Amino acid sequence: MKLTTSFNRSLWVFHFNSGSCNGCDIEIVASLTPRYDPERFGVKLVGSPRHADVLLVTGPVTNQMVDRLQRIYAQMPEPKIVMVVGTCAQSGGVFSTSYNLAGPVDQIISVDVYVPGCAPRPEAIIQGVVTAIAKFERLHGSAKQ
Amino acid sequence: MTKKAPYIVPIGPIHPALKEPVHIELTVVGEEVISAEFTPGQTHRGIEWMGLSRNPVQIIHLTDRICGICGVTHSLAFARAVEQIADIAVPERADYIRTIIAEFERIQSHLLWAGVAAHELGFDTLFYLTWRVREEVMDVIECITGNRVSYDIIQIGGVRRDIAEVCTEQIRKCLDNYKGLFGKLKELFLEDTVINSRCKGIGILSFEDAMAYSTVGPTARASGCIADLRVDYPYAAYGDLNLKPIVPTVYGHDVNGDTYDRIVVRIFEIAQSIEIIEECLTNLPTGPILWEEKVAKILAACKKTEGEAVGRHEAPRGECLHYVAMDKADAPIAWKVKASSYSNLHVWPLILKGAQLADIPIIVASIDPCISCTDRVAVTDVGAGKTKIFTKEELTKMSYEKTRRMQK
Repeated sequence: MKLTTSFNRSLWVFHFNSGSCNGCDIEIVASLTPRYDPERFGVKLVGSPRHADVLLVTGPVTNQMVDRLQRIYAQMPEPKIVMVVGTCAQSGGVFSTSYNLAGPVDQIISVDVYVPGCAPRPEAIIQGVVTAIAKFERLHGSAKQ
Repeated sequence: MTKKAPYIVPIGPIHPALKEPVHIELTVVGEEVISAEFTPGQTHRGIEWMGLSRNPVQIIHLTDRICGICGVTHSLAFARAVEQIADIAVPERADYIRTIIAEFERIQSHLLWAGVAAHELGFDTLFYLTWRVREEVMDVIECITGNRVSYDIIQIGGVRRDIAEVCTEQIRKCLDNYKGLFGKLKELFLEDTVINSRCKGIGILSFEDAMAYSTVGPTARASGCIADLRVDYPYAAYGDLNLKPIVPTVYGHDVNGDTYDRIVVRIFEIAQSIEIIEECLTNLPTGPILWEEKVAKILAACKKTEGEAVGRHEAPRGECLHYVAMDKADAPIAWKVKASSYSNLHVWPLILKGAQLADIPIIVASIDPCISCTDRVAVTDVGAGKTKIFTKEELTKMSYEKTRRMQK
């Protein structure tokens, strides 16, 4: 997978914690700090889903958070990409047998990028963002034709 | 002048000021908060219930994921409870390695908190600086345990991995580096004009209230309670060390119990942890790191035993307590987790009262809340299809009853 030359979008990311253990959330913040610093490419966390291109979901989605996840997904403008970070967001992981889970995330909203790991390293999360950019480039390309 | 009704500001569960889902409802008049209510429960995953169908070695992986910040905390408290029931003697070397990991966790957690606190004040330069410094301790943790978060290093009867020679060098280098940095951190956090003016005198928790609400950890110590589990009830290698609980007087000023004092306590605890790790590393005994290497034998020992025990650990946020009861079966018959934040969250309505709206993020952050640790309060009755959220009074009553049961 390679980045196209037309890097015309700076991805803005909205982070949604759907009942995660905090491990992934910390790694997401860690991946924004000076050692990795994706902000130099314009990738940053934003406070409102209405400003975001990417919805970044962590956690196995507890019953209380289903409605909130759907509402926040609906508030995001098109085109949008959903990226899930962590094993429990993908499959439930160690929490898969719990009675209070409505997830994993792809049972509730459609997911484009999966970043596996418990918790994934910051490098893996940045790799996921790069994959999301590639998808945006593809969407952009097909819209032009 | 027309009379205005109080205005209610709902915050959360998803809100830019919050890092984790929790719902806070503030009643405000103008800029002043009249009362505050909070509803946790959004990250309830039913961990204790799941644990009742798993064996202790499997539960260790679950306890590591109760909270991503204090991974070793819950595992250590749970392992200590099971070890007491099954009468498993932890080798000395394992005790020292547990202590080293627990203290590294305290350093990374306090640095993380300090960064978040700076961010809540709008001081992002300091946030980025602290988190860059924190990466060094993350490297050391990765070197020792093989993972940056959710370390999975604790095992019933010891630890899974030994500290390799290459790690010892890295640890010493990291500690030397931190000792050099400590003066700078102290200056930035404690002498800065912005932090002084924003944190002094806000979010005050008096000594009496801290005792009445049973707060734990740095939140309690910042209000002058001299309580630290590592000193009062030594476990692992803490009994061999000469420790003193850190209270704000270490910085040479009176105890005010405000947000600033909570910063003082945490910053000085980083220095204390550095000393503890150095001492443990120098006196690290040789020998095995596990009571029994074969997992099947550990499980067999757990299966044979019956009884109940309480495992406690002084987490970065305060005392964490695990109650476990086993009855000659694979899985425990009862398991209760009392995370440190659970004791501290209840002071929110108290310390938020009378605060300015703009001070809310830093006051909320000042007790270092960890929602994923805490969410064990929503009880769902699947048969009736009803969800009941317990009120604080009901929970306190239940908590008292539980304490009484456990004392018997």
